[in-house]
Amino acid sequence: MSHEPSALEPGFRGVSADWSADKQAFPVPWGKAMMWIFLLSDTFIFSCFLTSYMNVRMSTTETWPNPSEVFALTVGGHHIPLLLIAIMTMVLITSSGTMAMAVNFGYRRDRKRTAMLMFATAALGLCFVGMQAFEWTKLIVEEGVRPWGNPMGAAQFGSSFFMITGFHGLHVSGGVIYLTVVALRVLNGFYDRKGTYETVEVAGLYWHFVDLVWVFIFAFFYLW
Amino acid sequence: MDQVVHNQAVEQEAHGGHAAHGEGQQHPIKLYLWIWLLLFVFSAFSYMVDYFQLQGAVRWTLILLFMALKASFIVAIFMHMAWERLALKLAILVPPLTLLVLIALMAIEGDYTFLTRIASFVH
Repeated sequence: MSHEPSALEPGFRGVSADWSADKQAFPVPWGKAMMWIFLLSDTFIFSCFLTSYMNVRMSTTETWPNPSEVFALTVGGHHIPLLLIAIMTMVLITSSGTMAMAVNFGYRRDRKRTAMLMFATAALGLCFVGMQAFEWTKLIVEEGVRPWGNPMGAAQFGSSFFMITGFHGLHVSGGVIYLTVVALRVLNGFYDRKGTYETVEVAGLYWHFVDLVWVFIFAFFYLW
Repeated sequence: MDQVVHNQAVEQEAHGGHAAHGEGQQHPIKLYLWIWLLLFVFSAFSYMVDYFQLQGAVRWTLILLFMALKASFIVAIFMHMAWERLALKLAILVPPLTLLVLIALMAIEGDYTFLTRIASFVH
């Protein structure tokens, strides 16, 4: 082989060298490359949902229900717009922070801290799903929102809302299970025996992606 | 055999930049805490946009700006994209750009449907 490892080039010359050489294209653990490709495909799924939401919102002749009002909460007599969604956003960001630290401690081989931070991340994720369940219940029972219609305006509001937040909630729920499994393996020394903590980073990628999707949902569905 | 040895060497090289501290992606905890704080601040700002009921162009600009900033920080720092090689960056970040075509097409379509509905409801 003509390429010495130390001869890895940066920039666009590096791109052509990485892609054309008779070797592994991405010098990362395979699990990480595969997770990135999965997340890329997931990006397309969520983008399709958000684009279809844009399409129905643009094409409806009825007024779109005002999310600021629909998702308002009354706390102690005060009417606060979008309060629950703001709290959910903060919870998810916090969980992303704990996950980033978990990855860091994983590579430092700090088993206890890694596992604890991952459990904290999963707990925050569970908290998020719980609040989402509360939000859905409130919308369905009190506000009478259905996938085919609602009393506040455009009928498409319900289907877009349930589809987008439902699919995201499913991702969070799956993530909670995923993180719990990996955290238990961290705790029992599985990755010490395996010799690498890259699985923690791969799980982290998934979790940050869930947070990333929420950033877009928050902007386009709740704030727009 | 040569190939296997080579791949291992490449893999080690990938972590080479951080070899001094051990394996994998290791960055100071302080950096993560800063990004975390920034994400909180940007989220609070975008919430404020709604709370103070800013409308029109100011609203859309601010919402999109905070969204883009948050998304970039999550991908670059939390997901470590900033430290990956350009080949991986391009393979993951370029394909989503094709979505702009879909968004443009669906926007035109939505607009058309809207006008058609208005026209048929008038008659």
